[in-house]
Amino acid sequence: MTLLELTEVTAFYGPVQVLEGVSLSVPDEGAVGILGANGAGKTTTLRAISGTVRAGGKIVFDGKDIRGMRPDKVAALGIAHVPEGRGTLAGLTVRENLKVGAYLRKDRKGIDADIEYCLDLFPNLKERIKSHGSALSGGEQQMLAVARAVMAKPRLMLLDEASLGLAPSTAKNVYQAIGRLRKESGIAMLVVEQNANLAFTLVDTATVLETGRNVLTGTSAELKGMDEIRRAYLGG
Amino acid sequence: MGTFIQLVIDGLSAGSIYAALALAIVLVNQATGLINFAQGGMAVLAAYFAYSFIQWGVPLILAILLSILVSFVLGALIERFLMRRFEQGDPDTAVVVTIGLLTLITGLCGWIWSFNNLQFPSLFPVQNVNILGAVVSIRSIGTTLVIVGIMILLQLLFIGTKLGLALRAVAVNPQSAAFSGLPVGRLLMVGWGLAAGLGAIAGALIAPSQTLTPGMMDAALVYALAAVILGGMSSPIGVVLAAWMIGVLENLVGYYLSPAYKEGVALVVFLLVILFRPEGLLGRTEERKV
Repeated sequence: MTLLELTEVTAFYGPVQVLEGVSLSVPDEGAVGILGANGAGKTTTLRAISGTVRAGGKIVFDGKDIRGMRPDKVAALGIAHVPEGRGTLAGLTVRENLKVGAYLRKDRKGIDADIEYCLDLFPNLKERIKSHGSALSGGEQQMLAVARAVMAKPRLMLLDEASLGLAPSTAKNVYQAIGRLRKESGIAMLVVEQNANLAFTLVDTATVLETGRNVLTGTSAELKGMDEIRRAYLGG
Repeated sequence: MGTFIQLVIDGLSAGSIYAALALAIVLVNQATGLINFAQGGMAVLAAYFAYSFIQWGVPLILAILLSILVSFVLGALIERFLMRRFEQGDPDTAVVVTIGLLTLITGLCGWIWSFNNLQFPSLFPVQNVNILGAVVSIRSIGTTLVIVGIMILLQLLFIGTKLGLALRAVAVNPQSAAFSGLPVGRLLMVGWGLAAGLGAIAGALIAPSQTLTPGMMDAALVYALAAVILGGMSSPIGVVLAAWMIGVLENLVGYYLSPAYKEGVALVVFLLVILFRPEGLLGRTEERKV
């Protein structure tokens, strides 16, 4: 079953066309990567889905056309966007951040259980539970951003550059935890990542964007085997 | 000793009015991240509403409650149809818009209700009681108690409720809040509405002693801003304590030194805090990472 289907999606920032026609699909419980150079339209693709940039084309989630919907409505349907730069709620404590993530849920017990799950997934956060978001390290903020998304109990997570600005070992930790999350929760994921090696630890298939258009789509194994992919995104 | 206690309690009462306005400013700031300079003007408008309701024969307490309700709706509408247009842009622009709004409201009040001093009845009986040898007006005590109650409610709202948490989340990062499914626009309207309602209470408390004029809140706004800075933007309790401090200090200075120095007290406090403790007495430092 296809959970998310993008067909020839276009997007503009003012007069500048950033997406010229992006098509991709994410199966239920699947994980799809979006690779590409800076400015290829990776982040914009995610923003088109979550409703933070105006888009053309077709964006269908769970059989429903969501193109042009408000971000909070998109979130309510079960799409959690973990934005580039993490979007931590700086003045709120870690626990409060997690509670905000669960804003649309009413099952108190389930929320408490999921907070425990998040703290188990990211033990660093457990020690910082009373700290303000602004007092966290970059890695902890990234973990908190993912955890806040988990708290919404989404069906699809949009993950934007989770490794950005993190030390390699921290980035690896974050991806390991996300991998575990994927296995245990079955949340489908659409993953934007500069570091293709990290992305391939998580995704089954990936699509490569170039100037706002798909140029290549394949399974992780296929893509890893291609010379041009290796040269452009895998460091030789 | 009697005079001293009297001065302190009257100071607390005056401080309570600054506190009500300051709390409204904090509420908007917590919910939207900006300072609303029109908060005083909106409070005056609310007092005029209450005044008109009284003219139409509505009992005082009901007239005040009605003016709070009308102010809530008006505050929400101002957010939706005026401030919404400026929220995406430079925050400084939005602040200037609120200054414009203050001028507009003051003008409108003068136009509709005239610039003459109007008599506004007091919510509390004009009687005095004797406390430890001091003659204290019931109005002073009542005003102070009302503010204590509101302060506790606000603190509970921000810290203990889902709505308060949501308001804070929207203020810090509207986009992240939306990604978690928070209806950002509606929450901003609620924040402005609550603040306007709170302002209406301040208006109803100050109008009896000052008499109702379009500029009634101008001085109170300056004191309220000083209290907000002194108390710390993120702490309702801190803000109320600061407002009381300013009210009492102002009263004591006015009596023991000279009434001429009274006006300067808030400004001196303001300056000292900005110099030595810019995050306020009970406020938290907003950490910004580059």
